[in-house]
Amino acid sequence: MEPVFALAFGVLVAASTYLIMSRNVLRIVLGLLVLGNAANLSIFLAGRMGTRTPPLVPEGATTLVGGANPLPQALILTAIVISFALIAFTVILFESAHRRFGTLDTEALRDAEPKPGPKPAPAAAAAPVAGDVPAAETVR
Amino acid sequence: MDLAFLIVIAFGLAPLAAWLGGRSSALVALVPLALALCFLAIVPPVASGAAVSTAYSWIPSLGVAAAFRADGLSLLFALLITGIGTAVFLYASLYLKKYPRLPRFYAVLTLFMAAMLGAVLADDLLLLVVFWELTSLTSFLLIGFSPEQAMSRRAAQQGLLVTVGGGLAMLAGVILLGQITGSYSLSGLIARKDEVAAHALAPTIICLLAAGAFAKSAQSPLHPWLANAMVAPTPVSAFLHSATMVKLGVYLLARLSPVFEGHATWVLLLTGFGGLTMLVGAVLALRESDLKRVLAYSTIISLGTLVLMIGIPGELSAMAIVTFLVVHALYKACLFLVAGIIDQQTGTRDSSALGGLRQAMPLTALAALAGSLSMAGLPPFIGFAAKELVYETGLAASASGLVVGIALLANIAMVVVACILSLRCFAGPRVETPKTPHDPGLAMLAGPLVLAALGLVFGLAPWLVSDALILPAAAAIAGRPIDYTLSLWHGFTPMLLLSVVTLALGIAVFRNGTGIRLRLAMVEAIPRWGPDRAYDRLIQGLQQLAAWQTRMIQSGSLRTYTGYTVAVAALAGLSALISQGGMAWPDFAASRQPELVIAALLAASTFAVLRARNFVAGIAAAGLVGFAVALLFLFQGAPDLAFTQFSVEALSIVILLAIIGRLPFRDSDYRRRGERLRDGAIALAAGIMATLVMLSVLAQPFDARISDFFRAESLPQAHGRNLVNVIIVDFRALDTLGEITVLGLAAIAAAAVIAGLRRATAGDAR
Repeated sequence: MEPVFALAFGVLVAASTYLIMSRNVLRIVLGLLVLGNAANLSIFLAGRMGTRTPPLVPEGATTLVGGANPLPQALILTAIVISFALIAFTVILFESAHRRFGTLDTEALRDAEPKPGPKPAPAAAAAPVAGDVPAAETVR
Repeated sequence: MDLAFLIVIAFGLAPLAAWLGGRSSALVALVPLALALCFLAIVPPVASGAAVSTAYSWIPSLGVAAAFRADGLSLLFALLITGIGTAVFLYASLYLKKYPRLPRFYAVLTLFMAAMLGAVLADDLLLLVVFWELTSLTSFLLIGFSPEQAMSRRAAQQGLLVTVGGGLAMLAGVILLGQITGSYSLSGLIARKDEVAAHALAPTIICLLAAGAFAKSAQSPLHPWLANAMVAPTPVSAFLHSATMVKLGVYLLARLSPVFEGHATWVLLLTGFGGLTMLVGAVLALRESDLKRVLAYSTIISLGTLVLMIGIPGELSAMAIVTFLVVHALYKACLFLVAGIIDQQTGTRDSSALGGLRQAMPLTALAALAGSLSMAGLPPFIGFAAKELVYETGLAASASGLVVGIALLANIAMVVVACILSLRCFAGPRVETPKTPHDPGLAMLAGPLVLAALGLVFGLAPWLVSDALILPAAAAIAGRPIDYTLSLWHGFTPMLLLSVVTLALGIAVFRNGTGIRLRLAMVEAIPRWGPDRAYDRLIQGLQQLAAWQTRMIQSGSLRTYTGYTVAVAALAGLSALISQGGMAWPDFAASRQPELVIAALLAASTFAVLRARNFVAGIAAAGLVGFAVALLFLFQGAPDLAFTQFSVEALSIVILLAIIGRLPFRDSDYRRRGERLRDGAIALAAGIMATLVMLSVLAQPFDARISDFFRAESLPQAHGRNLVNVIIVDFRALDTLGEITVLGLAAIAAAAVIAGLRRATAGDAR
């Protein structure tokens, strides 16, 4: 059964990276949501599946024989919360950027590394960066 | 005497020199003088054949030691450095009197001198490299003496790049040598010379070491930095040219001469580049009228001569090298200092605008005449003996016609330069100059006069230097004791005939000097295609490459960075999987179970996220992905996970919609079609890589030791029956604490962002 979920894992990774490379920050958020699930799925798969018994020590016994692997579950429990925090913070950043600059386009959000202007050092004035497009118009 | 201690003292004297020199006190010359006296004290034991050495353990695991050794060659260089250093320090105390940054100047000059001493006395190749690079660094500061001038900055940078670049090649050669012999000891290397010279790597090592030496010693085509270094003040030029810096390359070659003597690569490289440098220097000297640049090109001729001589095996060449070296150091320092006096007193250093200065400055004229006679190689100056030795070596060498022919041309140029420095400037009718000249103060005259006098004294009484300095140094170059009597008069020999021819032709060229100079100066190919222009092009190309690379890699575009990161990760993962044979093909047959519905749900909801027309639909679809994963957890024995996942997914949707309430939901992707295809290809590669890696992981046997530990120890040690809970709150409690911290930090950071936003919008409103 795991190989099928390995395929599903690949689908999640491909979709999330495609979304993260987008120019619209909201789609980046969607990509992060999917990527978090992909990460959890990969941990779960690496710990192997196959049993439906939860890792609980039955009454009267001192040790558990069989049952699901408890270690990946503990790791995933942490990861779920962390990815939730990450996404919440990212969204707040994007929201604040949108209020300040009025755009959701990552190509227009470049105050820190502005595009080479029309008059840099004379020697540096050269061909424009490949894939340069006019900044998308502000959408409100 | 402990040489290591002496080097440390030399470095430590920098503050004293800065203090004394900063007050323009002539006493600053005591710094190099004291060192010179220390080295004079060890002349007798070294001359008797016993080298003085010190060794401290430094990095024994790498075979590197702080070892110093003074044999004849090292001691001769140390004496030249400190002796001429004395003249230069004294001279500069008057010459640079009005300069504001004098303390810094003297500090750097002292450090430079100390680094030179360290380099020539080091008995460990890596130690030599360290001091070698230190001289490059300090000479950078000396050449860039006037950093406010663009010329000065360019010359300093050029000198640094060329010599440090050469130093890197040399370092590579040294490391190869160290791997052959197992240690970096210089004396140990010379003791095992046969083994090293016969090694298969010897030609490579020779090329690398020669590259370092050629860069330092300004061999053509790496010579322009030396001529451009003329922007430095005259005392610095005098020091760099006569006894230090450029001589360090010659020192390295001479030092290694016993190891590689006669090796085909060695002979070919040294004689080839030495001869080329002599010719280039001669042509460039003849087309120049600026006194300092004329002298600079004559230095290039001399360096070429020295390198050529080192390439010729034999005891005679060793004698010629050492004698020529001493002679050159004496007259070149003298003439540079004279050129500085002329420059300062008359206000010009253009030889075509000078003449008849002998009455105005008789003592300077005397020093210039004596220095020039030694340079031209006239008896009874010791320059005559050196020139005869060079000719004698050339005549005895194989391909003697070529060697002697080049030497003849080079020596003619030397005679012309000597005539320019003496006859052109001091003889003939008086030419008006911007300033009225007279002899300078004693501090500036003492150095040139003493150096010029030494050229005469050593010529009249060669035994003064012969047994004590020249023979031991020549023996170190030849690698065996030498029996030779240095004398001026050899009788009527072919060398004498060559000397007469040189002199006659030299004077003839000088008399027609202006015509020849102007005709040579008209050749535009020299500035246009010369190596100096090539250097500019190289630097310019490097800058363009850097700019292009920065535009490519550091474009400032978030999605480009993301794209590169994902693409590199995907390709690296795939290539590692394929090249390391980690591919595993799974067995899908055993997969027919009800959970497969969940896999289908995952794929379908992911597809829905991609196709979502607006953000609300997208977030709902992403939530569906999360629910599908939660379902999987639920059916695979992880109910705790499933419940957490359900609640977090629900919470996410609510919170996201609340936060992003004001954003334009309906905007879709701004990417153009081509960009989408490209990104899609990258994402597909990442997905395939992820699947293959996961399949490869699943194909490995499962190591259950850690899980079994928790199964066995959960109740006895932590008293809990729910293993996942026990792990989180007990076994991995610190991890959980970290997780809580991350959550807290995220909350604080988010609050800070929101607060900052409020302030900013409030500011805008006002």
